Amino acid sequence: MSLMVSEWWTYRLSDFLMFSPRTYHRLVELYNAEVWPAHVLALGLGVAMGVVALRARAWAAMAVFSGLALAWGWVAWAFHWQRYATINWAAAWVAAAFAVQAVLMLLMAAAQAARGPAAVEPWPSARVGVKRGLALLLFALFVQPLVGVALGRPWPQAELFGIAPDPTVSATLGLLLMLRPAQRVPHWAWTLWPVPLLWCVLSGATAWAMDARDAWLMPVIALAALVALLAATVARRAGSR
Amino acid sequence: MGYLGAMDPHRRSMLKGFGAWAPAAWLPAAFLPSPASAQRAAPVAPAFPGVATRPIPSSGEALPVVGLGSWVTFNVGNDRVARDACADVMRAFFAAGGRMIDSSPMYGSSQPVIGHGLAKLGGAAAPVFSAEKVWVGSGARGPAQIEESRRHWGVSRFDLLQVHNLLAWEEHLPALFAMKAAGRLRYVGITTSEGRRHRDIEAVMRSQPIDFVQLSYNLLDRDVEQRLLPLAQERRIGVIVNRPFREGALLRDLQRHPLPAWAAEIGCDGWAQVALKFVASHPAVTCAIPATSSVAHVRQNMGAALGPMPDAALRRRMAEHVQAL
Repeated sequence: MSLMVSEWWTYRLSDFLMFSPRTYHRLVELYNAEVWPAHVLALGLGVAMGVVALRARAWAAMAVFSGLALAWGWVAWAFHWQRYATINWAAAWVAAAFAVQAVLMLLMAAAQAARGPAAVEPWPSARVGVKRGLALLLFALFVQPLVGVALGRPWPQAELFGIAPDPTVSATLGLLLMLRPAQRVPHWAWTLWPVPLLWCVLSGATAWAMDARDAWLMPVIALAALVALLAATVARRAGSR
Repeated sequence: MGYLGAMDPHRRSMLKGFGAWAPAAWLPAAFLPSPASAQRAAPVAPAFPGVATRPIPSSGEALPVVGLGSWVTFNVGNDRVARDACADVMRAFFAAGGRMIDSSPMYGSSQPVIGHGLAKLGGAAAPVFSAEKVWVGSGARGPAQIEESRRHWGVSRFDLLQVHNLLAWEEHLPALFAMKAAGRLRYVGITTSEGRRHRDIEAVMRSQPIDFVQLSYNLLDRDVEQRLLPLAQERRIGVIVNRPFREGALLRDLQRHPLPAWAAEIGCDGWAQVALKFVASHPAVTCAIPATSSVAHVRQNMGAALGPMPDAALRRRMAEHVQAL
């Protein structure tokens, strides 16, 4: 069998890092400059989705899933495919995964639209899940872009929701916790979780290989989201809402 | 072509005129071409006074002992500023007498960045010895990948094509030998790194008429001294050394320690030159290919091709000293 990487167990994480941290952060900086002022629109979209997600209506879920589809599709095309893939050939596969996630979001939006304006039941339910989801969303929108700056990276290299993958994924996990899909949740709703969680692992590994001091952030966010999901699910099964 | 490489008698007599500072007086015999290899030499680049060269065993063509790698350092994407900075590194490399630049389809945007540099410098200012790789699991897809690489570089043909990490080597090597026979390629090689698949490398070296083998070798990673380097000498295979600095980690460790007194004996102004001279002075080694994105560093690296080289006794001291740190 032909393998692109033989004796894979002898490789370290850093062996797979094919670009320098300086190159990666310059890529983000140039991307930010090229798409400005899309950041303002993206931030507005994120805030609007947070507000709408608090409404227990089918149309609200439809609107939020549509907004997330837009954000994921944009990051797949503009960041991963157009730019990240120029320094990391594996980013083409990541772009495909993000595009698949965008399609799943669109399908979920369509599923919600098909239910009409009926009131919906909370799922995975519980105010605990909503609060934690909202906290994660607010962190992704307003705090996460500042983490890199606090660690010494210049403002032009800040990563924002809807523009860069990390805060987009964090916000998505928050919104998934907050959302209250219709009573009859599609049985495939779980498929919205794997790609964001896998990105958290991949992003953390990449940052670790780059010796970034915030390498722990995305894995911790994934873990926090999973714990919150588990807690909300347990609360729902216990009948506590 | 390097000054001390394959040269005609006229050049050899000129060399004597350089007097006591001329590096030839300091170099081990391994740095001078054998008469047989000198006869086969095909000069393709201007000589650079003082730059140590080694003959490619299969042809006698002289190569400067320090080349330029491109892993990570030249993968800068479409960043115009960074691309021009890489072109500046290439300009300094060639100006200091360097020739071999090594890359791979695996290295992201390194190939088009090298192409950008070559186009910017122009042919006369860039006497490149192009060392590329084929890196695809299917032999059938090899030619298309090689052609794409060639377009990225903007060269009419590659000087050297290597099977990267032995990936599908059984399929690629016959195609590369056919390209060489047809005059579309000058040399054929194989690569490995960080000590992987040495048994397979040895088997290919014994069974295939390759011109080059590329492997990792540095002051701390010296396994290749046991079998692969002696075998390369025996089979007259050129050796390209990657990771002479362990991707910088070795230098970061060494720079915490003062430079030993013996470093001055071989004209080293820093640990980078010590590490490169150790590698380049092994009789089996043809060229070491440190990667850098810094003009200052590439000049320092090329400085390792100047001045006296360590003899066997000093090489042992160098290795023991670094091992003990």
